[in-house]
Amino acid sequence: MALATSTKIALGLALAGGVAAGTTAWADEDDILVINGETEIITKTDAPAHVEGLDTIRSGWTFRTVETQSLQMDDFDNPAMIFVDQGIDSWNAADGAAGKSCADCHEDPESMTGLRTKLPKWNEAAGEVWTMEMYINACRTERMEAEPWGWKSQPMLNMTALIGNQSRGLPMAVEIDGPAQATWEQGKEMYYTRYGQLELSCANCHEDNYDNYIRADHLSQGQTNGFPVYRLKQANLIAAHNRFKGCIRDTRAETYSEGSPEFVALELYVASRGNGLSVETPAVRN
Amino acid sequence: MASGVKPRVKVPKTASAGDTITIKTLISHPMESGQRKDSDGNLVPRSIINRFTCDFNGENVIDVTLEPSISTNPYLQFEAVVPEAGEFKFTWYDDDGSVYEEAKPITV
Repeated sequence: MALATSTKIALGLALAGGVAAGTTAWADEDDILVINGETEIITKTDAPAHVEGLDTIRSGWTFRTVETQSLQMDDFDNPAMIFVDQGIDSWNAADGAAGKSCADCHEDPESMTGLRTKLPKWNEAAGEVWTMEMYINACRTERMEAEPWGWKSQPMLNMTALIGNQSRGLPMAVEIDGPAQATWEQGKEMYYTRYGQLELSCANCHEDNYDNYIRADHLSQGQTNGFPVYRLKQANLIAAHNRFKGCIRDTRAETYSEGSPEFVALELYVASRGNGLSVETPAVRN
Repeated sequence: MASGVKPRVKVPKTASAGDTITIKTLISHPMESGQRKDSDGNLVPRSIINRFTCDFNGENVIDVTLEPSISTNPYLQFEAVVPEAGEFKFTWYDDDGSVYEEAKPITV
């Protein structure tokens, strides 16, 4: 009898514990992200002055569950690091008619430290704003005389993850004035324009309703500081333009394609909304 | 023949004798289940890691049989007691006959 009673109590406690764990499975927005116990990441900071609709900017990491968050806290647990490793392999592999590899000109991938924080940026020679993908393909076609990679092809995703990873922990700082300003304005215009049958703009979800649910989805601020991110549902890296496409498709609109001037402009504008957040590439999201 | 297979292991570099340590292993592998069909309707042949073992100084720590429908890039985490300094040896057995090996020393 005594045994039965104590079992019941133990069971009751276990259930109470389960409920408590259920309510705290969503992380506190003040949780601190430290990767590998050494790289501290800024996941929450004051919004840049040019973002009128937000006071505080928060990384998408702060919106995810504890389980998803913990995947990003250790490189061994982060499934995207496999792709970063594959990126190192293609960094060192010669390709194209010139017989050159990335390493022949750029030596270590570490030479790319800080680059991710500045992209997309104005390219004087091209007379337009360029993303990392465009710089990589320019290197491939002009210097290596190789075939350009597709925007969302695996080698391109691996390479952008590798190069972005070198800047992990550094705050995003894209330039929005000077020659890039017109493109930035175009991106801002898009951000606040309602698209599709559902007539939703980026801002409707990611500025007006972040932290709320859209059906089962916990809306984030749509920050891009972790891209390319590893999405658990796709079990692969996803480029920012691919994500934009998914969002616009969900408004039931015809989308732009990856690499289009519209998405380059939007990428610059969205990146500028995250100025001050640390680069998290490759982040883990659901 | 699976390509791009690369084993990874995380073992603490040092421990006290008798300590229980956590070992994490990951191998990049497509783990093709043998259930899927290609665009012509033909079965894609099964190609998985079917067995994983870990030995410490010649003594078996864990011996795992893996089945189809285990996801891509199988990740295994387990605990081991370290009685003395030595070396953990990890072996993955592929359906195609390939054997992938990795070893990590530990000091006490």
